Amino acid sequence: MSDTSTNTDTRGAFRKLADLDKTAVAPFLALAALFVLGALINPNFLSIDNLLNVLTRSSFIAIIAVGATFVISAGGLDLSVGSMAALVAGVMLLFLNSAAIDGDMAMLCVGVLVAIGVGALAGLLNGAVITIGKIEPFIVTLGTMAIFRSVTVWLADGGSIAMKSTSMRALFRPVYTGTFIGLPIPVWIIAIVGILAAFILYKTSFGRHVIAVGSNEDVAKYSGIHVNRVRAMTYVLQGICVAIAVVVYIPRLGAATTTTGMLWELQAITAVVIGGTALRGGVGRIWGTICGAFMLEIVGNIMVLSNIVSEYLIGAVQGTIIIIAMLVQRTLQRKK
Amino acid sequence: MATQHPMNPVTVPVLEARGIAKAFGPVEVLTDISLTIMPGEVHAIIGENGAGKSTLMKLLSGHLKPTRGTVAIDNEPVSFAGPVDAEHRGLVLVHQEILLAPDLTVAQNIFMGRELKRGLMVNDREMNRQSAEAVRSLGADIDPTTPISRLSIARRQLVQIARALQVPHRVVIFDEPTASLTPIETDALLKVIRDLRDKGVAILYISHRLPEVAAIADRITVLRDGKLIATRNASELYPVDMARLMVGRDMSKLYPEREDTAAHQTVLDVRNFDVPGFASDASFTLRKGEILGFAGLIGAGRTELLEGIVGLRHGSGTIELNGKPVKFHTVRDSMAAGIVYLSEDRKGKGLLLAQDLRTNLTLATLDKFTKGPLIERKREDQSLDKAITDFDIRARRRDLLAGQLSGGNQQKLLLAKMMLLEPSIVIIDEPTRGIDIGTKEQIYKFIADLAKAGKSVIVISSEMQELIGICHRILVMRSSRIVGEVTGDAMTEEEIVVHATGVKINEAELYSAGNA
Repeated sequence: MSDTSTNTDTRGAFRKLADLDKTAVAPFLALAALFVLGALINPNFLSIDNLLNVLTRSSFIAIIAVGATFVISAGGLDLSVGSMAALVAGVMLLFLNSAAIDGDMAMLCVGVLVAIGVGALAGLLNGAVITIGKIEPFIVTLGTMAIFRSVTVWLADGGSIAMKSTSMRALFRPVYTGTFIGLPIPVWIIAIVGILAAFILYKTSFGRHVIAVGSNEDVAKYSGIHVNRVRAMTYVLQGICVAIAVVVYIPRLGAATTTTGMLWELQAITAVVIGGTALRGGVGRIWGTICGAFMLEIVGNIMVLSNIVSEYLIGAVQGTIIIIAMLVQRTLQRKK
Repeated sequence: MATQHPMNPVTVPVLEARGIAKAFGPVEVLTDISLTIMPGEVHAIIGENGAGKSTLMKLLSGHLKPTRGTVAIDNEPVSFAGPVDAEHRGLVLVHQEILLAPDLTVAQNIFMGRELKRGLMVNDREMNRQSAEAVRSLGADIDPTTPISRLSIARRQLVQIARALQVPHRVVIFDEPTASLTPIETDALLKVIRDLRDKGVAILYISHRLPEVAAIADRITVLRDGKLIATRNASELYPVDMARLMVGRDMSKLYPEREDTAAHQTVLDVRNFDVPGFASDASFTLRKGEILGFAGLIGAGRTELLEGIVGLRHGSGTIELNGKPVKFHTVRDSMAAGIVYLSEDRKGKGLLLAQDLRTNLTLATLDKFTKGPLIERKREDQSLDKAITDFDIRARRRDLLAGQLSGGNQQKLLLAKMMLLEPSIVIIDEPTRGIDIGTKEQIYKFIADLAKAGKSVIVISSEMQELIGICHRILVMRSSRIVGEVTGDAMTEEEIVVHATGVKINEAELYSAGNA
């Protein structure tokens, strides 16, 4: 009757407990391994400047992937993030170019709010269709991926939307290039987004509900949790994260093109999965995800520094990584 | 079946266990079991949940390897490489769960993995013909081209048996085959088993339904706590003795005292309640301090009716709580009104198996553990400490996952979780399914204590003895309707079965069939 006298349950679960820790630690071990590899290939790799540079470049994916961590922990999936980023960037730039408000600073501040609003609405659209329509997230976000992309191309009239005002550009650029207390601003933004997200996921009842819904939707429902509301909210958070990533991205290029955000969904999902979050839901690891995004960029960096593999193959390498990460997760976790 | 099969003394046992034992880690769940199964006999294995019946079956059918002792076929010690190997030697296990592909047809399921071919193509016509024949030999008439999903549970079970019997068999092991069958379907199945026996097949029959064991078995082996307590000829063992041997203690102390609640006020009044497709026109009342039972066959609509009432399903009708009309749109509404529902599906709907005890305990009441947006983990931990003590949850460590607890401790954790909502009405669906006898007793006492404390309890159960033992009153459902109410001295299994099936079955006849 006590758990010691039950048989297979206890044994299998024992193994599982031991493995849970492994999945949490694995991404950081992999990161350490990449550091060693990078240092062997090029001594400059481990310089603070290079690492900060890599971290800065990983910021878009890291921030988007933090949002994806919520969606995936709740048992969902969002394929539309790349297109959504393009759409948010397009709308934000059109607004900035409209010169609706006097003063560049005020314009920029409202522009950021517009971006976040558009991101949140786009996320809400995904979440609402998935929960109210009871359609697979894969299908819904595949659809909105096409919709967001296409609307962006239409807004850009097939070309690109660039920021017109040079003064505003100059004002906005430090968001990507500037530093604060020695650290690049995007790194600060990753840190703030990470801390906020970790707080929400680990410390609040909403976060607990996300994990519960991803773990077992029925149990959540029978426990009186608003399952649909929680799921929809994860997509809204995802949209807000995409908008924040766009705010960091625009000052880098100053334009939105028809290819902005291409394959970001692949990278974001890869970062989440390498980070140790279970694709079937019920486990979410914010810091693992950020570590995963960092690793993806490091792999690219090592490829550039080494000349062993052509950097044109970076997509192939990242694709391989997500498959290997899944295999590792599968092996570490108890077989269903 | 009125004839006792004379056993030929020179026949060697077709299957024999010689002092087999099985340990999982340091825990021995089965100790030194020796038994023989003769051709042409039905050998029943009985025992409470957790007695080791299923483990024994798995050892005998090659799903598990014994840690000690040997299995012998025809007096030859064997070591099975796996269930397929055992099947090749003529040992067939009919699983308790239905393991069929719901979208494939009867014939496709029966021949799955061993399809008949004609050249490169599967020979559907021949498979359909043979399937129809196989099913007919089991006394049923099912079109072999029907998808499994359109069959009743009983018919699926027959298909599963037909599938098992497609391979050449000398020993057939039935693991609780009647768990979801009506008495009439059970009778039909018992006839199939007798026919098999008469053909010289050895049958191992696992069940905890004693009347049915008495009706079918030639010999009976009783297991308790992983040990073999006795092997007897069925003619020497009456169901009462079986129960005593299985439980190893006086059954009468299992159920707590009941207080008289006849004069108490009505707290819940449900009138003309419909849950589309599952329950229609259900009306009942519940008094303060009362334990009300819901009996009926699986699929009668009991679970769905009560899920409808608490807002987990769409339902319509009038509900009055303490004299005031209420409407529960979602389960949160009923929780807020002080009604909680504990699902029969503990693992699927009750607990998050992959999360720890604390997360599970506070899941339905997180609002009570937050300060601002922050969950106060310390108060959660205190609450868990209290729950572990109050409900006697036995966990080696505090950081175990819910899935690592035994069934009984999971049920206690689920009770603790829902009691945090401080309900006045508690609905418990199958409170003791898959739970050992010791924990059962605790749960019965807990239910009785709830009632004594002025709460009202609704118990849905398929264990009639349990309802009779703890309830003040029992409602019986059949085909979506409440068809009867039994109370007081009328609370007997026979009376409930009459309502539940709508058929008067003569239990005496059932008993005598095996013992004549």
